[in-house]
Amino acid sequence: MAVETLGSVQRRKVAPWNDPIIRGWTFQIVVIALVGLLAWYLVSNTMANLERQKIASGFDYLGREAGFEIGDSMISYSPANTYARAILVGMLNTLKVAGLGIVMATILGTLIGVGRLSSNWLLAKICECYVETFRNVPLLLWLFLFYKLISEAFPGPRQAISVLGSIFLSNRGLYFPVPVADPVHRWMGVALLVGIAGAVVLHRWAKKRQAATGQPFPSIWAGFGLALGLPILVWLLGGAPAAMSWPALKGFNFEGGTVIQPEFTALLLGLVLYTSAFIAEIVRSGILALHKGQTEAATAIGLSRSQVIRLVLLPQALRVIVPPMTSQYLNITKDSSLAIAIGYPDLVASVNVTINQTGQAVENVLIIMAAYLTVSLSISLFMNWYNKQIALRER
Amino acid sequence: MKKFSLAWAVGVAAVLMSGNAMAGKDLDAIKARGSLICGVPTGIAGFGVADSQGKWTGLDVDVCRAVAAAIFGDSEKVKYTPLTAQQRFTALQSGEVDILSNNTTATLTRDTALGLDFTAVTYYDGQGFMVNKKLNVKSAKELNGATVCVAPGTTTELNLADYFRAQKMSFKPVVIEKVDEIRAAFFSGRCDVYTTDASGLYATRAANVPPPAKSDDFIILPEIISKEPLAPAVRHGDQQFEDIVRWTQYAMLEAEEYGINSKNVDQMLKSDNPTIKRILGVTPGMGKALGVDEKWVVNIVKQVGNYGESFDRNVGAGSILKIDRGLNKLWTQGGLQYAEPIR
Repeated sequence: MAVETLGSVQRRKVAPWNDPIIRGWTFQIVVIALVGLLAWYLVSNTMANLERQKIASGFDYLGREAGFEIGDSMISYSPANTYARAILVGMLNTLKVAGLGIVMATILGTLIGVGRLSSNWLLAKICECYVETFRNVPLLLWLFLFYKLISEAFPGPRQAISVLGSIFLSNRGLYFPVPVADPVHRWMGVALLVGIAGAVVLHRWAKKRQAATGQPFPSIWAGFGLALGLPILVWLLGGAPAAMSWPALKGFNFEGGTVIQPEFTALLLGLVLYTSAFIAEIVRSGILALHKGQTEAATAIGLSRSQVIRLVLLPQALRVIVPPMTSQYLNITKDSSLAIAIGYPDLVASVNVTINQTGQAVENVLIIMAAYLTVSLSISLFMNWYNKQIALRER
Repeated sequence: MKKFSLAWAVGVAAVLMSGNAMAGKDLDAIKARGSLICGVPTGIAGFGVADSQGKWTGLDVDVCRAVAAAIFGDSEKVKYTPLTAQQRFTALQSGEVDILSNNTTATLTRDTALGLDFTAVTYYDGQGFMVNKKLNVKSAKELNGATVCVAPGTTTELNLADYFRAQKMSFKPVVIEKVDEIRAAFFSGRCDVYTTDASGLYATRAANVPPPAKSDDFIILPEIISKEPLAPAVRHGDQQFEDIVRWTQYAMLEAEEYGINSKNVDQMLKSDNPTIKRILGVTPGMGKALGVDEKWVVNIVKQVGNYGESFDRNVGAGSILKIDRGLNKLWTQGGLQYAEPIR
């Protein structure tokens, strides 16, 4: 058409150094070659320097015995295991605190953010104070404060605060009874996943039906019932194994049951309270970004206050909220490495000890970088996917 | 922590970027700079600690001062870089510090795979356990199930795991990088036991117990579970500098053995004893062989003292720590401190 004709008219013989296409490609190739050359220089120079100083290199050390103990592990671990497993233990601990932190900070942040917009003066002011306090003090100081509070304020294990003789709170952490491991538990886990999947399907069906017929269906409650009911059903079918492991004071510490350690608590508390202050502001800005006509229109058609928020405001606000929220989730994951200051055995702690015992800083730093990059990119990918799901569909 | 990641970044960047080495390059760089950069502990009373004026003292610090006295004739030409147990090796490998005098145990792995060289042993130590008296524990064998405070990246951390495995006992570690934080965790009762080298335990008990608790509330258990020969380290690649560090330490021991101290060194210059004449450079040759001034030992002893003086002032009878010399007596008095002869 017109544009193409114009293009073909302008296309006449030019010298190759004046041809924009050739010039473009040349510059791109030169830049790539320079970057490649720099990378090659750094790698080969590093190898040569390490070799000359007779510092060991390579990843062979991962298979050697680690020899150090880790205080908090989700999988079985002993000093006789390898460095690779020690690093895996740290990785899982990082994922645990980051995952829980993201969920809890989102819930708390949303509540605070909505609370700041409340017409109740006291509630709004309390939420405002919360935000200003937590986001204006560095996270590291919060971590030190919470850790000191826990280890100084609670009594030793022999004077532990006891609730009903089965839950114990001391400066060693919170001990509580857990069911003794049983094969049924695995199937309960499967049932939970099935229940959640069922709830999602149910919710979609309910939405479709409401769109078609206008009849609402309490899919949220039904979904909860499904997700919780199925595992309980499986438990009953499996013979209802009820054996519990009870914590009891033995020697220096409690044995039996399970424990939430002070280091973990302090870290999680710090991450959640600090980040939720930012999330609250993101949520508030998302809601404020909507025209107040939305609220008025929704109220005019007779929706209740909570329905206005849930059905009209939040779905639209999400489009504003999700992109900055991704940054906060990434922050939680990366900030969890501050664990090292208060001794929670996260990925960085495990790798640091490994660096020290093996002296292979370059390899180990690469491992840390690769691990955080993988986690962060996964979060980004998921959030970008979710963002697309809720984006305005232009038809 | 910020500081830590910075140390890494600098370390890794330095390994990535540094150019080719020449023999004696470390010594040349030190001389060109006009001062020695010394990696010291972040604060262990008696070994390396800064006072309120920022003046560093301690047995580990004295090694650096003595080396500066040997190279420059002035023990004040030292810049101190406090390093945690985790930062120290990277800092030395990457050239951030010239010498590591940091309560560090010499081991095979560190000597080889880490690319370091340990010089002479400054302090023969061993790992011990400290507990609160209230726990009524008399022996380390009673520690089954205990929570133990320990610094990461140390031989202590590994010995601890080995010891409990060998004794078929279990324990829970609480591992914090900063030594102040780990002590705070112990004194607040987060741990039942604090473990580190016995010297460190004495230092902590003497200098760091927070009131209202008293030093007497804590006991150090009799078991010593490891050998911890603490020695300064330099990185591979400059043998001449390594020689100077090693012979500086020997010079302090030789001075003590032959009765030369900071008070009498000037009279000793008039001594007829050929060994003393050789040590003090009255008979020249030793300084030249080592590549330093012939008066190097005079400078060291006058400004820093002999080994015995340094020990007494920092950790022995003249200090708050009051550690018995024990294994660290001279070999002539039944100890292990035995210097190769200066001749």
